[in-house]
Amino acid sequence: MSAEPRTRPDTSYDVASLRRDFTILGREVHGRKLVYLDNAASAQKPIHVLEVMNNFTTSEYANVHRGVHFLSGAATERYEEARLRVQRFLNAAHSDEIIFTRGGTEAINLVSYAYLTPLIQPGDEIVLSVMEHHSNIVPWHFLRERQGAVLKWVDVSDLGELDPADVAKAIGPKTKLVAISHMSNVLGTKTALAEIVRLAHAKGVPVLADGCQGAVHGIVDVQALDVDFYAVTGHKLYGPTGIGALYAKRKHLKAMRPFQGGGEMIREVSRENVTYADAPMRFEAGTPPIIEAVGLAAALDYIDGVGRDRIEAHELSLARLAAKRLKEMNGVRIIGEARDKGPIISFEAIGIHAHDLATILDREGVAVRGGHHCAQPLMERFNVSGTARASFALYNTVSEVDALIAAVGEARKVFG
Amino acid sequence: MDQGLRELYQEIILDHSRHPRHFGALPDANHVAEGHNPLCGDKVKIYLSVDLDNRITDVSFEGRGCAISVASASLMTEMLKGRSIDEAEELMDGFLHLVKGDDARTLDEDDRERLEVMAGVSAFPMRIKCATLAWHAMKSALDGKGKAVTE
Repeated sequence: MSAEPRTRPDTSYDVASLRRDFTILGREVHGRKLVYLDNAASAQKPIHVLEVMNNFTTSEYANVHRGVHFLSGAATERYEEARLRVQRFLNAAHSDEIIFTRGGTEAINLVSYAYLTPLIQPGDEIVLSVMEHHSNIVPWHFLRERQGAVLKWVDVSDLGELDPADVAKAIGPKTKLVAISHMSNVLGTKTALAEIVRLAHAKGVPVLADGCQGAVHGIVDVQALDVDFYAVTGHKLYGPTGIGALYAKRKHLKAMRPFQGGGEMIREVSRENVTYADAPMRFEAGTPPIIEAVGLAAALDYIDGVGRDRIEAHELSLARLAAKRLKEMNGVRIIGEARDKGPIISFEAIGIHAHDLATILDREGVAVRGGHHCAQPLMERFNVSGTARASFALYNTVSEVDALIAAVGEARKVFG
Repeated sequence: MDQGLRELYQEIILDHSRHPRHFGALPDANHVAEGHNPLCGDKVKIYLSVDLDNRITDVSFEGRGCAISVASASLMTEMLKGRSIDEAEELMDGFLHLVKGDDARTLDEDDRERLEVMAGVSAFPMRIKCATLAWHAMKSALDGKGKAVTE
């Protein structure tokens, strides 16, 4: 995430050829060319990922970690290779620190249940920012409801920036965890995660980062960040749905109690007793999303094949262009203008509700998200009921920025 | 502009959304309910005064939402005054059919003409809930339920 975007256009970035890998981008909606700018909700999948999943399923598939037969061995190898791939993607020190989950939400719920629940006494605190996604809010509300935990909210500035010093100030002797997004799914703000971790660790408090957006738009190095937990989801990384991962620092793994109970996560089960497998198996009860894990590994191969720094530079150049042109329009306000931000733009057309705006844009073929983006505390902070959000991916183009601007202009005409 | 959009955002809809009728609390209301659409976060509160003969003597609403939900609420309040509870529920039934693109023959000609401006919503399935939010809240208020949720 630290790579400064290039100032000159990257002429070797062949977006037209990349787009051919995403069949869906060639379709039309409402008789218009699809302009897909809802990538922060979910990214489209390159054909490469689908081919890998298809080939794996049709030639090497079986259940993992149980059979002695050939296919079970082959499938287990591919599944564990996928784990190593995620480890490499996040630069984790050990592969057992990567736990496969159903997605980012499950990864955070896993930390809440397996790590934090046993530690919480009434009055203990969890520090979080007002720009968290509901998936990094509601699991902590569970602990408030069930165990009397206290949520300590850290505000962001009017630009949407989170000051690490404010996070540090919110940490008290009863704080058990800091839960912070690496990149806001609404404002696009990149948080100073390494600095937040440094300040929290100085007070002996671990940090969970929601990396569901952060891991998509830049290079993540969990060792350099020194973060304790990092949650990612596959479908925003051009991979399939139903797969995500939690990075959990090895020193926490031993103390974490099992999450769900079932097959795969045990060492031995008797009528009287049960002992559990070590991490990561301990946290992967039941048949895991095997095909999806293999698909996720293929998606990460695809991303690194293009180059994460080049993707980031491409996306940022589009987002900056879009933001500049939106600001030039009358009655359009951008919400979230952090100096360090990713390619996610929330905006409001004054006098037009986000859902009306999204409907009109849709009829122009432009897919954006309109609404509260699962971040209601943030909507309250900025006193809006919702925003429209355009989010950019590796396959978006300058002409799609033009289409967005033209469609917002259409909406202005409808509403006069 | 797209024909569907032109029908959805007719001038009369935009006018209702910009200048909602009967907007604000009704201090004497004896039936009140909130409607909430968790999908978009929109909220509407409906106030009804119902007399001993089960007739709606006054009605108002407050809240915030998209053009469709505000216009629908505003239009509804214009049409409810003077109706009995049964008539209000029949009107709602007809309206629900209309916005889903079904036959709304239970509506009399006059009502159908007035509600026809909302019929464009039927081409936008994702937005039907916006149009029905206030009506469900009205029903909840009459039923004494206090809350309606559409999602």
